[in-house]
Parts: sequence; C-alpha cells; structure tokens
Amino acid sequence: MINTLDQIFVLLRHWLVSFLPAAWQPLVGVLLSVAAIVCLFPALFALTTVFERKGLARIQNRLGPNRVGPFGLLQPIADGIKSLTKEDIVPLSADAAVHFLAPVLLLVAVFMGFAVLPMGRNMVFVDMDAGLLFYFAMSASTELSVFMAGWSSRNKYSLLGAMRAVAQMISYEVPLLLSSVVVVMMTGSLSLTKIVAAQSGFTWGLPHWFIFTPWGCAGFVMYAIATTAETNRSPFDLPEGESELVAGYHTEYSGFKFALFFLGEYLAMFSISGLGTTLFLGGWSAPFSFLTWVPSWIWFFSKLMLSIFVFIWMRGTLPRLRQDQLMNFAWKFVLPLCLLNLMVVALWRFMGDGWLRWVICSAILIGAYATMGWGEMRRGKIGPRSYRYAE
Amino acid sequence: MLGEGILKGMAETAKNFFGSYFSAERLTTVEYPEQRIAPFEAARVFPFLVFDSKNPGDGADWQTGMRCVACQICEKECPPKCIFIEKSKDKKPDALGKPQFYPVKFDIDISVCMSCQICVEVCPFEAIKMDTEFELSTVDRFGGLLLDRQQLAKSNEYYHQIHPAEAAGVDARLVAEKVKADAKARSAADAAVAKAAAIAGEGA
Ligand code: SF4
Ligand code: SF4
Repeated sequence: MINTLDQIFVLLRHWLVSFLPAAWQPLVGVLLSVAAIVCLFPALFALTTVFERKGLARIQNRLGPNRVGPFGLLQPIADGIKSLTKEDIVPLSADAAVHFLAPVLLLVAVFMGFAVLPMGRNMVFVDMDAGLLFYFAMSASTELSVFMAGWSSRNKYSLLGAMRAVAQMISYEVPLLLSSVVVVMMTGSLSLTKIVAAQSGFTWGLPHWFIFTPWGCAGFVMYAIATTAETNRSPFDLPEGESELVAGYHTEYSGFKFALFFLGEYLAMFSISGLGTTLFLGGWSAPFSFLTWVPSWIWFFSKLMLSIFVFIWMRGTLPRLRQDQLMNFAWKFVLPLCLLNLMVVALWRFMGDGWLRWVICSAILIGAYATMGWGEMRRGKIGPRSYRYAE
Repeated sequence: MLGEGILKGMAETAKNFFGSYFSAERLTTVEYPEQRIAPFEAARVFPFLVFDSKNPGDGADWQTGMRCVACQICEKECPPKCIFIEKSKDKKPDALGKPQFYPVKFDIDISVCMSCQICVEVCPFEAIKMDTEFELSTVDRFGGLLLDRQQLAKSNEYYHQIHPAEAAGVDARLVAEKVKADAKARSAADAAVAKAAAIAGEGA
C-alpha cells in the first residue's frame, strides 16, 4: 500500500499507457510525463503567486488578496484572465520576431531543466548520466532570452535591465557552479539520481544530507545566494528594479507575453530550488528514518515549497543591492569562499571518517568566513551602506 | 559579524508574519466596503454648493436657497479651470434679502478637479464647501463626472453633518453679518428718515 502510494504516478502512467498498442507506448509515456510537468508546475506557480502576495502582506502587517474566492485563493484565475484579455503591444520599432521569441524561449529552457530533476523515487523524466551538466546548460540559456527581450524592445529601460541581468547572471553562474561542484566531488557522479541516492542513508535516525556536513552547509548557503541572484529575486532584483528601471527587461511586454515572463521566472525559481533540494537537502528522501513511509514526492515538494517560502521571506526582508555591491559580493566574497570550499571538500574526502575532519573543516570555513567578512566590512566593501554626500 | 543584520531583519519579518495572525492590533487594515471608519472633520473630496432651506430636510428650495451669487471668483481662481458658471440675467434676493445674481449654470468637472479647496477659500459668500462623498464611480467618464448645479446643491444641514465645527463657525459668521447688515440698514433707514424730516423741516 505504502509502496503504491509512493509510486502512484509511475503506476498511473504505466496503467494509462498499457491500453495502447506496444509501438505507441514509449512515445505516449513520454508525452504523459511532459504533460504532467507542464501542468503541475504552472499550477504550483499560480498557487505561489497568491501565497507570495499573502505572505508579503503578512510580513508588512497587511491582509493581502482576499477578495476572489475563499481567502483570495482564486486570485490567480482572475490575474490569468486579466493578462489574457489585455492588449498585446509590440513597440513599433521593436524587432518583432525576437520580441516574440524571447518569452517562449525562456519557458522552453526553464521547462527543459525539470526533465532531469528526480521528483520522487523513480520519478525522473530522463535519468541522464550528466544530468547536472544538462541542467546548468539549460538554466544558463535563460540568460539569452532575457537579453533577447531587452535588446529587441528598443527601450532604454529594457536594455539597461537586460544588461544588468546578464552581468548579474553571468557573475553568479560561477559561484552557482562552484558551489554545486562540491557535491559532484563527494559523490563522484553528475547524475542527479545518484546524488540523491548518496544522501539516502540514516545515522541515529538522522539523514545523510549534504547540508549537515560543514562543506555542504557552506555550499548550500552559497548556492542559495547564487540562486537568488540567478533568478533575479530580491535582494538581487536589480534587472527589474521597479524604482529605477520601470520593469527592467520586460518593460515593453504586456498581456500574455508578460505573463509568460512572470511564469518563466517563477518556474526558474522552482527548478533551481528543486536542484538545490536534490543537491543538498537529500532530494526526495525523508528527514527522519521513522518518516520514510511518507511518499517520496511529498518530501520533494515540501522541501521545494519550503525553499520558496524562504525566497519570499527574503524578499519581504531585504532591500535591493546596488550594482557595484552586487558585483563585489559575487567576485570578492562568494567566489573565494566557493574556491576554499572546494579545498575543504578535498580535505574532507581524504581525511577519512572520524570527528577530526568535522572539527578541521568547520574551523577552516568559519574562520575564513569570519575573517573575510570582517575585512570586507572594515574596508566598507560590503556591509551597511554609507552615504558619502547625503549626511 | 557579517550577515548578522540579515538574520536580525529576517527575525523581525518573521515576527511580523506570525504576529499578524495572533495580535489584532498589528492588522490595522479596514476592509473597506464591509467596514468603514467614521469620516474625519477635515476630510475633503470635491466641492459642493450650499443652499439654505426653509424647512430643513426636504431640499425643494435648492434653487432659491442657493448661496452662490455667480460672482465667478471661484471660476477664475480654480487652478485646473474645472468650474464653469453662467450668470443669470435677472436677480433674486439672497439670504440677506439683497437682490443678487444667481448661477443658471454651475458645472464642476470632477474628473479634472484636484480637491485643492481654493474655490472654497476664495468664495466670499460661504457658498461652496468641500464634500466628503468619495464613492463617485460611474460608467460614463465624460457626462457622469461633470456635475451640474442640481447635483452639486446640498443643504446646509448636510454641511453641518459632514463638517460640524466648520459649519457652526460659518453659520455664526453669517448671522453676525446679517445682524450687521440689518443694523446698517436700520441706521441707514433712520438716517434717511432723519434727513427726510430735516428736509421737511427746512421746507416748512
Ligand atoms: S461659489 Fe462663491 S465664489 Fe463661486 S461664483 Fe458662487 S459665490 Fe462666487
Ligand atoms: S477644489 Fe480646486 S480644483 Fe476643485 S473646483 Fe475647487 S478650486 Fe477647482
């Protein structure tokens, strides 16, 4: 029974496909999985938009949307209808073809990323040997569509937003990759299913997730920083800073194309949180050994939603960075720590079991963090803003 | 240490988030159509024209009781020029009994009005005041937002209702003015009588 529940989607697919002639079965099976992904995540997106608005409202001691349907839960439907019925404006001097392609390409690239994420036991669309690599290739190509959007609009705000976006995404691509590489170094595999499998054990009822090791914890924190920047979420939302750039690279988009951009951004957030879950939080494995009977996909999606909640929480808390602070932070702080983390992982791997490696690795990482943070703060590179002229 | 401020901020927002579910005084939002707050004395939206009615409450004499004398000062002073007045050819007695012009047409385009209250400040006859009515949406954005004199006319009682203190002050001033005008009229009449008597005396 528990097993059936755990595998319910896999079995469902098998059962549906079994009605068809054998020659069709593989194709229809693939289509079914695609349809599941393409329906599920936009639905999740719709829910997230309401919860984000409600959560942000609560953080600011407001009520948030509460008019459409019970507790405002049907708000996304109203929003969807609104964006569908709005006029789709293409600026006269815009490059119409590229302008149209940008949101479509963004969505395609983002959806491709979901293909390699293991969302439950045996629930991965394509189990690639180099899944991680494929994922990063796909997530990096979203930068292209962002720049396409900014460039084709022929609008200074769009272009500025796109340039900021590209600069930011490329800068943070480096720490993103370097912070994930530690996992590959430990597991020796680029396959995401193998990475999940490597974290599936338990000691004293606690899981072997990588976040519970010194290097994994450091890696996770840096991964989280890099993903926030990579998905243009606050406090790294410079590419669409409303107060400076109208709406950044999608200034000239309206109606459904704008909705597609919006969707694309949230889906990117989901998929990158899913990857973070897979790399550091044990993917679909249960957090305690006595909870392993809960279906694996429930764990995956709860961890995903938890990460989304943290994203929203950060958005409600932190003000936007300045462009130079953003760059300094990426290249002078996160990157060196990522590189150091690589060394620490190597040390961890070759020191063998025992408590000594815990002490040494933690000491190195915390020491480096403290001294670097202290030094940078003292030099005023990062830390509280100082106003040279306004005081 | 680096990152301390971020954690502090996150703790603060988390406190807000959970606090808003438990403590009522955090959520100050008034859910508008269902709940309302009592209007403030100083609230102002768009201007209206005050009229004095003989028997309060019926509003039948909005035309005869209208205080406006069509002097057109407000029309000239209105910064966005949203008042349009057409002066009458004939005269009717005002509150003091003096024959005065009256507006045959008095339109305010509230889609243009910026609620600056300048018209109220400049009116020498206490004839135009600020309303507190704000639910003015209409499906006709041209005709529906152009209020004519009948739509603008509201009784003095209504004025007392929405701005009690201010209206009391205005009434006191008007009464004082009337007393003064009466006194002046009486002294003028007395003088005229005296003069007539003197002329009569001289002639005799
Ligand atoms: S409202 Fe006042 S200022 Fe305007 S025309 Fe009438 S009397 Fe004159
Ligand atoms: S409130 Fe200001 S803008 Fe409105 S009618 Fe009076 S003077 Fe004109």
